[in-house]
Amino acid sequence: MLKFPAPGNAAHGKYKLTRKGLAKWAAPNLITALAVSLLLPATTSASGAGTNGEWSGNIAIEARSFAHAPLFDDQHSQYLSASVQPEYFRDWDNGRQSFLFTPFVRIDQYDDEKTHADIRELSWIKASDTWELRAGIRKVYWGVTESQHLVDIINQTDTVENVDGEDKLGQPMINLALIQDWGTLDLFVLPGFRERTFPGKEGRLRTQLPVDTGKAIYEAGNDEQHTDLAVRWSHIIGDWDIGLSHFYGTSRDPRFTINKDGTALIPVYDIINQSGLSLQTVINEWLWKLEMISRNGQDDRYAALTGGFEYTLVGLFESQTDLGIISEYLYDDRDEAAATAFQNDIMIGTRITFNDVQSTEILAGLIVDLDNEGRLFNVEASRRLGSTWKLNLEIRTFSNISSNDPLYSLRDDDHLQIELVKYF
Amino acid sequence: MKKRILLLALLTLPQLNAWAETPEKKGLAIAIEADKRDTGWQDQQSELKMILRNRQGQETQRDIRNRQLEVIDDGDKALSIFDSPRDVKGTAFLSYTHSKAPDDQWLFLPALKRVKRISSNNKSGPFMGSEFAYEDITSQEVDKYTYKWLNDEAYEGSDAFVMERYPAYKHSGYTKQVAWIDKKMYQPLKIVFYDRKGDKLKTLTYYDYKQYLDTFWRADRMEMINHITNKSTTLLWSDYKFRNGFSERDFDQNTLKRAR
Repeated sequence: MLKFPAPGNAAHGKYKLTRKGLAKWAAPNLITALAVSLLLPATTSASGAGTNGEWSGNIAIEARSFAHAPLFDDQHSQYLSASVQPEYFRDWDNGRQSFLFTPFVRIDQYDDEKTHADIRELSWIKASDTWELRAGIRKVYWGVTESQHLVDIINQTDTVENVDGEDKLGQPMINLALIQDWGTLDLFVLPGFRERTFPGKEGRLRTQLPVDTGKAIYEAGNDEQHTDLAVRWSHIIGDWDIGLSHFYGTSRDPRFTINKDGTALIPVYDIINQSGLSLQTVINEWLWKLEMISRNGQDDRYAALTGGFEYTLVGLFESQTDLGIISEYLYDDRDEAAATAFQNDIMIGTRITFNDVQSTEILAGLIVDLDNEGRLFNVEASRRLGSTWKLNLEIRTFSNISSNDPLYSLRDDDHLQIELVKYF
Repeated sequence: MKKRILLLALLTLPQLNAWAETPEKKGLAIAIEADKRDTGWQDQQSELKMILRNRQGQETQRDIRNRQLEVIDDGDKALSIFDSPRDVKGTAFLSYTHSKAPDDQWLFLPALKRVKRISSNNKSGPFMGSEFAYEDITSQEVDKYTYKWLNDEAYEGSDAFVMERYPAYKHSGYTKQVAWIDKKMYQPLKIVFYDRKGDKLKTLTYYDYKQYLDTFWRADRMEMINHITNKSTTLLWSDYKFRNGFSERDFDQNTLKRAR
């Protein structure tokens, strides 16, 4: 659920490191995309059967309120922000070809880094019987577990959106999927790297020293222009969902070094090789899930896993409410040296689905560090209002966080977030 | 005297057995005939408007597009794509129903681009907050129930078989269903659902059957009333298209991820 920088892990200068100044990737591309999309309705109206081009999307306003006084200068206790995410979709060729464009813009009251724009999607898909070609800026999700997403590596995490690691930046790619009886083989060429977003000086949920994203250091000689490669085989065999993947390229998770004057953290992006396995099966009411990775190139080779189950009680006490019980174990073989808070942790959670007209849902989870007893508590609730509005609520608390835990700088960042979304 | 009666009984019993099948056998025979008559459509697509009504009569609408692939010797495959409410627009539900084994079900969540497998014990759970449970809307296979014919009677001007069916799969919310099956169409006109305690729970009524490809009957409207909560759901079906040339490929994970 949480991803964050690990301040303790400085660059060790093993590689030829290059520095790159301000390379704001999103802005010029956004302009190109807008130009493309303006031309689009005119150019595609002549083609064959399919849905006509269609705009949808949402506008949201978000309030975050922190329970404790800020730990660091420049931080605040209340934050307001607003976002807009329109979406244009069109398909033709009997649904065999489609185009999707999803820009995103957020403006935050205080945090300059949270104020950002991105192209979530700008993609074209062509589907055939035995293959699909997907090109452009896209989002791809791999994995099965709930507490963290180890295997998922194609897209960079948009950390300023949410610390749960589920918001992603659009990734340029060419993806060819070969679809056969033996499963789907996805081949990816990923030209260009997206730098992770981090809260700015005035933002909460950050490291003591803010991250200076403009000064990122890359192992790759061509910095963020490096072309990454990935391959994944996935298949369903009876009750089993299996995924085997390999990624070669610039790590989505950086290490950090401190700048010369000691005022900021500099992210260091190494070239890594990461193999991943995801497994899921259903046995009666039980969903069993496992994700494992082995990564080389950042520290010494290391392995990490998340595994657990989700059990659902349908129609609790003869009501319409379902109660899910989720538990996962999180492990990283780097132990305390790991740039992760989840090296030997257990997550226990519940998902309450009311199955009402308003689709009310509550997901609550507690992650306990079995080594230092740090606790991370997390609630996500949502409810539809009318037919086009939605209210989302999030609570996150950090307790008992020890000073050697990467979460230490977030120890006073317990907060409540309320988001009101209008869909159109 | 006693001996004579016994003799008479012994003489007539086997004859009666051969002549009159049991109510269970007759019920099963009706289900098999209904299944036979609805075989061969290959694939279909349709649009569904769901109108949910609460106790006060306030209405909420859902729009869903459906595609189904007929699978011989097993349950059908189905893909449902939600258009409204707007917050779930683009969400897609893929199911592989099986006649004996539990169904396979996946949900595609467009915001995360994530496919989630769902355990199939949600049979009795409400579909999209409606009065229809998952088990009411998934493919009805012969083996999913055991049957018992009750009697023949006229229903709303049509000759009908009245039969009970009992879910043979796990996690059903029902102990039994009483169905009025039209004798000409071999399609249900009305089904009354009894809950786990054996109490009358819901009534589903079918309206406006139309015949497609001169063979297959589909109702344009279905009304489900919950007798306990007084809530109701109307299903309005439209734009039925048969034999679109769908294949297994149109119901796989890759299609699920780009279904819109």
